[in-house]
Amino acid sequence: MKVLVAVKRVIDANVKVRVKADGTGVETQNVKMSMNPFCEIATEEAVRLKEAGKVTEIVAVSLGNAQCAETIRTALAMGADRGIHVQTDVELQPLAVAKLLKAVVDKEQPGLVILGKQAIDDDSNQTGQMLSALLGWPQATFASKLVLNDNATANVTREVDGGLETIEVKTPFVMTTDLRLNEPRYASLPNIMKAKKKPIDALTPEQLGVDPTPRLKTLKVAEPPKRSAGIKVKSVAELVDKLKNEAKVI
Amino acid sequence: MSILVLAEHDNASLKSATLHAVTAAQKIGGEIHILVAGAGAQGAADAAAKVAGVAKVLLADDAIYGHALAENVAKLIVGLAGNYSHILSAATVNGKNILPRASALLDVQQISEISAVESADTFVRPTYAGNAMTTVQSSDKIKIITVRATAFDAAAETGGSAAIEKVASGGDAGLSKFLGQEVQKTERPELTSARIVVSGGRGMQSGENFKMLEEVADKLGAAVGASRAAVDAGFVPNDYQVGQTGKIVAPDLYVAVGISGAIQHLAGMKDSKVIVAINKDEDAPIFQVADYGLVADLFTAVPELAKELNK
Ligand SMILES: Cc1cc2nc3c(=O)[nH]c(=O)nc-3n(C[C@H](O)[C@H](O)[C@H](O)COP(=O)(O)OP(=O)(O)OC[C@H]3O[C@@H](n4cnc5c(N)ncnc54)[C@H](O)[C@@H]3O)c2cc1C
Ligand SMILES: Cc1cc2nc3c(=O)[nH]c(=O)nc-3n(C[C@H](O)[C@H](O)[C@H](O)COP(=O)(O)OP(=O)(O)OC[C@H]3O[C@@H](n4cnc5c(N)ncnc54)[C@H](O)[C@@H]3O)c2cc1C
Repeated sequence: MKVLVAVKRVIDANVKVRVKADGTGVETQNVKMSMNPFCEIATEEAVRLKEAGKVTEIVAVSLGNAQCAETIRTALAMGADRGIHVQTDVELQPLAVAKLLKAVVDKEQPGLVILGKQAIDDDSNQTGQMLSALLGWPQATFASKLVLNDNATANVTREVDGGLETIEVKTPFVMTTDLRLNEPRYASLPNIMKAKKKPIDALTPEQLGVDPTPRLKTLKVAEPPKRSAGIKVKSVAELVDKLKNEAKVI
Repeated sequence: MSILVLAEHDNASLKSATLHAVTAAQKIGGEIHILVAGAGAQGAADAAAKVAGVAKVLLADDAIYGHALAENVAKLIVGLAGNYSHILSAATVNGKNILPRASALLDVQQISEISAVESADTFVRPTYAGNAMTTVQSSDKIKIITVRATAFDAAAETGGSAAIEKVASGGDAGLSKFLGQEVQKTERPELTSARIVVSGGRGMQSGENFKMLEEVADKLGAAVGASRAAVDAGFVPNDYQVGQTGKIVAPDLYVAVGISGAIQHLAGMKDSKVIVAINKDEDAPIFQVADYGLVADLFTAVPELAKELNK
């Protein structure tokens, strides 16, 4: 079985994001970019399936500007076999990403597509669900455990509001990763070197027959109200007194 | 304009998240309908009919909706969508699972986790772990929206007397099946709607030590939460996680114990009214947002707190 993983380039999780003074977006100049952490988990899961002999080929796909190729290289260094880069400088919103990924799926015919449950920049948490809808496939979102069965089904354990839930889905299907699915590996130096020789195909939205024009217009980006530090109390007794008599919350 | 709000419920009763989504719908303005898709869900529909400001309740009662499988509920919503200008849900796990699927089927770009309504087509949503508040305007015919419950007050549970209309099942998509669940039974309030939350982090060192926090929580009638580090370490189950990629809470009082205050954790609790931090490191970032900070070893401070609350 072939697996497709969607990997997104985002501002690194450790960067303190700053809103631009003109309110048009966030500062991205000279800011460290990385693969979205949930996409690292997606790639890791695909690589583990291949190591377990359940998967024959892993294709890593990223959509966006020229630098997204670096994110694909990261996936290739982790163990993906080849890459597809859908190149565009248009701002991509989840519906457009899902349509583009669908076009790639139609060409590649994988048995499973793995995405992150959310990208930590735009925090939309939509793309996987949208992709499975467009494909007419089942969706197994927020996954913390995947078992591929022999009869063209899979059991997926999902992180839900009350705890965990297990569903059975037919293959092919779309899965989105939650934090507890696995711990992604660091690529080794030899694998980073090897990844440089792995192929990355470039495609455009036009070639895929998709119009990626955004549906949502960003009118303004602003800083949230700042919370200021309060006081330090000296003892538990003082804390309880303040909560009772000053804040009046207990 | 008519607005459809997808109910979050357990068949017998309505979850409070729905009440917050109703308030967001009221801010948009228009006739509000609640969709209850469930199995044996008359109880939830009755509760929905009493919510203030609701004009009609649609009840789709079928075994296939028993576990809110996205493939089936999205199909149902698509069938109803033609009558509505807006379709809303609270940004619960179910809402996040179902609405994007319905959106894609309707060729609509969903607007995720709004925190404010500017007009019928313009909304504010937190991005970058709440570090950038983005105002977006939608050009889609139907607006499909998930709502951050903590950003809107709850609509009154009573005062309404909406009619309940049965709607036909949308049918089984036949793509997925519910097999089972592991859900912790607890007498404590739900994390996302509790008035007080007591959370522990890596500093707790073990699941066993969380008993200390539970004791404090029970004295306060509080829910227990955790940082990602505490969940990853297996101290507590996944549904305890507060943060950017866990649950968003905004209680009257949030007590963070042995939690450093990473951006991703703050994203889930910084809108709490009063924040207390107990940490042995006086430079921990959590103190930058805490109203009351106590620099202390939690293993002495927490038992002391339990005792002090007995007084
Ligand atoms: C203020 C602001 C300004 C922005 N400006 C721009 C801009 O100028 N140009 C621009 O390109 N974007 C821009 N973006 C980002 C863009 O809006 C989001 O990337 C887009 O809405 C997708 O949302 P998401 O990634 O949060 O989706 P989610 O649904 O949260 O993503 C989930 C998963 O989908 C997959 N996925 C999503 N996107 C991609 C991708 N591109 N490639 C591969 N896999 C993917 C990944 O597996 C990811 O884990 C901006 C965002 C904001 C908040
Ligand atoms: C993609 C992504 C998503 C994430 N999502 C989330 C999320 O949703 N929620 C979340 O919480 N995190 C999230 N994180 C993780 C986050 O970055 C932090 O790693 C995490 O919040 C740290 O948890 P912590 O504060 O418990 O642990 P630490 O940062 O290790 O802090 C432990 C604290 O305990 C204190 N301490 C230790 N012993 C004692 C003692 N005896 N007495 C008093 N204090 C003591 C220490 O001084 C320290 O400040 C995410 C990270 C990524 C990359």
